[in-house]
Amino acid sequence: MIRDVALVAGKDLRLEMRSRVGIGQVVPFALLVLLLFAFALDPERGVLDRVTSGLFWMVVLFCSVLFIQRSFGVEAEDGIIDALRLTGLSAPSIYIGKVAALVVELLALEVVLAVGVAIFYGTTFGGFPLLLTAAVAATLGIAGSGSVYGALSARLRTRDTLLPLLLLPLLAPVLIAATRAFEVGMGREAGQGWSWVALLGIFALIYLSLGALLFRPLMEDA
Amino acid sequence: MESVVHLRSAVAVLGRFPALAGVDLDVDPGEILLLRGPNGAGKTTMLRLCAGLTPLSSGEAVVLGVDLARQAHAVRRRVGLLGHATYLYDDLTVTENLDFWARASGATTADGRAALDRLGVAHRLWSLPVHALSAGQRRRVSFAAMVARRPELWLLDEPHAGLDAAGRDIIDGLMREASSVGATVLFASHELDRAGDVATRAVEIVGGTITSPAPPADAPLAAAVTP
Repeated sequence: MIRDVALVAGKDLRLEMRSRVGIGQVVPFALLVLLLFAFALDPERGVLDRVTSGLFWMVVLFCSVLFIQRSFGVEAEDGIIDALRLTGLSAPSIYIGKVAALVVELLALEVVLAVGVAIFYGTTFGGFPLLLTAAVAATLGIAGSGSVYGALSARLRTRDTLLPLLLLPLLAPVLIAATRAFEVGMGREAGQGWSWVALLGIFALIYLSLGALLFRPLMEDA
Repeated sequence: MESVVHLRSAVAVLGRFPALAGVDLDVDPGEILLLRGPNGAGKTTMLRLCAGLTPLSSGEAVVLGVDLARQAHAVRRRVGLLGHATYLYDDLTVTENLDFWARASGATTADGRAALDRLGVAHRLWSLPVHALSAGQRRRVSFAAMVARRPELWLLDEPHAGLDAAGRDIIDGLMREASSVGATVLFASHELDRAGDVATRAVEIVGGTITSPAPPADAPLAAAVTP
C-alpha cells in the first residue's frame, strides 16, 4: 500500500511540477490577496495585526479549493478515472496518495504565505511548535475533506462552482480552530492553543477515515 | 472449454436508456471477435460492461470466470480497455505516463518502454509531454499503456481510429499475437474491410441486442462482415 500511495502522490506532484499551475497561478493569487488586504486595511491602523491569522487561513482555504479542483480535474479528463479503476490500485491508496500530494502543496503554500504576511503585514512569528502542529493538522483536515468532495464532484460539469459551495462551509471549523491556534501561537491571544490543535486533529482524523472508506464508492459513482 | 465472456440476457441501463437490452454471447479463449453495428448500437457499453466499468442491470455476465454482478472490480485488473479516451495525463511525458500506468497495473517500467517500442513510438517522442503529440501518436501511447499490462482480455473500441497505415498494421499484428498466446480480443469497428481481415468471428449488435450470430466456420469472414 505504501508503494501505491507513493506512486499516486509522486504522480500528482510531478503533474504539478510539469503544469506549474500552483507556482505560476495559485501562489501569485494568494500573495495578491494578501497584498489587497494590506491595501484595504492599512497596517498603520492596527487592524491587520489583529486579523492576520484569520486572513492567513482564509487565503489558505480559497487556494486549497483551487488545488483540489486541479487535483481531481486532471483525473476527470480523458477517461482517466476509468483507467485508474482498471489498475490494481486500491481506492484507499489512491485517496491517501492524493491527500499526501495536496498536503505537500498546501504546506509549501503556507510557507510562502507566512513569508508574505511577515513582509506585507510586518508580522512576527513565535511559538513555532504550536504553529507548526496547527498548520499540519489543519492542512491534513483540508486535504482529507477536500479530497472526498473533490472526488464527489469530479465528473460533474458544474464541479468548478460546486466544489467551493460544498467545501467552504464544511471547513468553517478548520478556519476557526486554526485561526485561534495561530492567534495563541503568535502571542495575539492568551489561551489553550493546543486544545484548538486537538480539534483540528480530530477533524482531520474523521475525514481521513471517512475518505479511506468512501473513496471506492465515490470513484464508482464519479 | 470455458468461455472468456459469457453473457445471458445481459441488460445494462444507462440513466433510463437500456444501452444493452438482453445480450447473449459466448467468446472462447483466443478468439478475435468483431462487434459491428451502427452508432449507438451498444458496442461501447458492451466493452465497458466486460471491463467491469458499466454495471450489469439484469441478466448474467461472467468474464474471465468472474461474476460481474457480484465482483466487477475483480475482473478489472485482468482486462485492457482502449476506448475513445486516451487515458493519459496531458502534462506528463510519454515515459512518465507509461511508467505510472505500468507500475499502477503491477507491470514494470521496462514493460512500459518495451510496449512503446512495440507500438513504434519513436524514441525522440518519449520525453515530450503528451499534449505535444499528434492524435495518432497519442493513440499509440494509449495502446502501449494497455499492452504493458499484459491483459488476458483485450477490449478495443475503434482501435484503428486516428492511426496511419503503419500503425494499423501494428495494431492488427498485436491483436493476432495476443490471440496466439491465449488472450482474447473483443473489438468494435466501423472499418469492416480491415477488421474483417483480423477478426476470427463477427457479430452484429443493433439496438442493444445481437442481431446476427457468428458466420459458419467455413464462411470467409471478410465477406461475412462486409455490409
